[in-house]
Amino acid sequence: MAIVTITIDGQQLSAQDDQTLLQVAREHKIHIPTLCFLEGLSSVGACRLCMVEVEGWSKLATSCTTKPAEGMVIHTNTDRLKKYRRMIVELLASEGNHQCAVCVVNSYCELQNLAYEVGLDHVRFPYLFPHKSLDATHKDFVMDRNRCVLCTRCLRVCHEVEGAHVWDVAGRGIDCEIVADMHQPWGESDSCTSCGKCVRVCPTGALFEKGATIGEMQKERGFLKFLVTARNKREWVQQPEDND
Amino acid sequence: MTIEDLRELAEKERDRQSQFTHRILYCSSAGCVSSGCDAVKESLKKTLDETGLSKKCEMVGTGCLGLCGEGPLVLVLPDPTLYQHVDAETARRIVVEHVAEGKKVVDHALDLNSPFFSSQKKIVLENMGRINAESIEEYIAADGYEALGRALTELQPEEVIAEIRKSGLRGRGGAGYPTGLKWDIVRKGKSDQKYVVCNADEGDPGAFMDRSVLEGDPHRVLEGMAIAGYAVGASQGYIYVRAEYPLAIDRLRLAIKQAEKLGLLGNRILESQFNFRIDLRIGAGAFVCGEETALLRSVMGRRGRPRPRPPYPSEKGLWDKPTLINNVETFANICPIINNGGEWFAGIGTPKSAGTKVFALAGNIRNTGLVEVPMGIPLRKIIFDIGGGTPEGTEFKAAQTGGPSGGCIPKEHLDLPVDYEALATVGSIMGSGGMIVMDSTASMVDVAKYFMEFCMDESCGKCIPCRVGTKHIYLLLEKIKNGEGTEEDFTLLQELCTMVKETSLCGLGQSAPNPVLSTIRFFRDEYTRLLKESPAFAANGGNGHAHAAAGKEA
Repeated sequence: MAIVTITIDGQQLSAQDDQTLLQVAREHKIHIPTLCFLEGLSSVGACRLCMVEVEGWSKLATSCTTKPAEGMVIHTNTDRLKKYRRMIVELLASEGNHQCAVCVVNSYCELQNLAYEVGLDHVRFPYLFPHKSLDATHKDFVMDRNRCVLCTRCLRVCHEVEGAHVWDVAGRGIDCEIVADMHQPWGESDSCTSCGKCVRVCPTGALFEKGATIGEMQKERGFLKFLVTARNKREWVQQPEDND
Repeated sequence: MTIEDLRELAEKERDRQSQFTHRILYCSSAGCVSSGCDAVKESLKKTLDETGLSKKCEMVGTGCLGLCGEGPLVLVLPDPTLYQHVDAETARRIVVEHVAEGKKVVDHALDLNSPFFSSQKKIVLENMGRINAESIEEYIAADGYEALGRALTELQPEEVIAEIRKSGLRGRGGAGYPTGLKWDIVRKGKSDQKYVVCNADEGDPGAFMDRSVLEGDPHRVLEGMAIAGYAVGASQGYIYVRAEYPLAIDRLRLAIKQAEKLGLLGNRILESQFNFRIDLRIGAGAFVCGEETALLRSVMGRRGRPRPRPPYPSEKGLWDKPTLINNVETFANICPIINNGGEWFAGIGTPKSAGTKVFALAGNIRNTGLVEVPMGIPLRKIIFDIGGGTPEGTEFKAAQTGGPSGGCIPKEHLDLPVDYEALATVGSIMGSGGMIVMDSTASMVDVAKYFMEFCMDESCGKCIPCRVGTKHIYLLLEKIKNGEGTEEDFTLLQELCTMVKETSLCGLGQSAPNPVLSTIRFFRDEYTRLLKESPAFAANGGNGHAHAAAGKEA
């Protein structure tokens, strides 16, 4: 590990070279929008929202997977990036069947927040209105694929933290969907431990607890940070500030 | 087996071949197999038996003879004579007239001095029409495994890499990364285990270079991989070949078995301290598995989805070990470089793009088939001299290189030299070597739509720009094609293409908009002609969307 000096949005910062650009930016309260990223899980660089411009690089870089190097000059909020971020959220909005008014996570939804943030006042692409299924076979939880943005957080938390690997991706391209075990109803899954981690990390209302009604379901994500701290530092009691 | 034994074996095989007055080589690659070479083979065998010539004349199934559109092809040696459109009757005549009486079957003979043959330079394809694709002895007699033997006995691994660097060889998969540099990085990686992987997941529509090399000269790829293994310090190789190439898979399996039997693969190769095994991994039909990080995941038995780079496979590849991954054609160039020296190779082609490139010519062109040309040759020469131009009564319109990742090159740029940099300046890429020629009957909007449909179907779905973006590009193209597109749709299309190109995770998404962007660049009027003329506001139903889009990039 070495300490390097980088510049983010004109601000000179020192960073460890084993951190990611996103970590460095967050430490210094520089906001970069994310969707597939979640602290405590591996980074996959799939949503492309956290992309930044690095001077001298021909391509944009995902800040969740790029490590800082001495003298790097980074821009996180240029007109080009803003335009692309808006388009990404616009594409997501057209891809699923997102009806905020009747959604369990209305006003607690990361996709909704992103839409506000990027100023998505209208969608220029035709809505695809895909035929997606809803799986309510689990005793406690529901998976509504209409609201899924394929961030794969549920898949990663299940594999990396719970160690069950219930979820995986089936199909390809626009037909991708998250399936349980070998594409069977969630309720019949042998591997699911019903721990509910996937439900808590889901950024949208695709995974929710049974019985929740519209706008009720605020998701508790601090638990993940707590779990990691608990394992690493053996602090088994959740601190209230962990719950952001 | 030592290198002396190898040379003795080569001598013995050459002696065996010299017993025959004639050798009849029929093409046994997929193209000629599908146009009926089995009947030709049977007829040749039957006639040779009947006329009692089978002791004097040997018949051999060889690799692709190039002019696939005129198959089945048969080559008679010595005094090379190539016959086209051979059926059972012609095959009989070849034996009775040419072999027995020395009279050529003129009505089926091709002119070997025509530009199709004389303008080519064969390095990768040199064994096609020379050796039996299924015989390791014939490969050895044609100096096969000599390069591996020399590398193991005379050269240090660093010297092998130095020779490759000197040659200026660049990756033939399309991106053109310097091969020697890649080998050097893997060599320098510190690890107890390293891997060599051959990317044979050729999936571009209209491209069949790698397939032909694997079918016609599998040992050359194995030998190139073994030399690479020696150079970088790997003991295990994988060939990732798509399941749609059954003949190539059979020939590779056979070739690996033959090489292992002679001690040219496996433990203590040529009685040196070097061990190298090669195993096959069969792809399950996903185009994205040609992308190196997705390919490696697929080799490991996981879902073929790309991951962000760095780390590059040369640092962290298979099971996080340093992994060298090169294309079939790149490996096929290794033996001649070791045998003839890096300088010799660097002298062919252009200073920045050395050597030759194999192209699969297809589309509206007279000579459909496999050609190998020196880098830097003008596009015009490939299409008009070698390819014979477009069919009579039609006019050349565009050449598409690089498949779904490439672009269309119009007439104005026909004198462009074919090398990595020049093709990039016109918005296309070298790609793996597919070249589809289009004449005046082709609609460029259709072409763009076809390739976009391909990319949309083949997107793995991991990143949003590629998963949803390609779908909307396709829908916009369809709308324009149906005459329902507006000026705003056209602007949005271009905006979306740029965004998908710049933000996608892997090469598939980053290059998917290329066919659209390049056809817009050179054939803009074909798009604008289809746009609705009614005022933008009214065409959009007055819902305000038009204003938002019209303000941008106007």
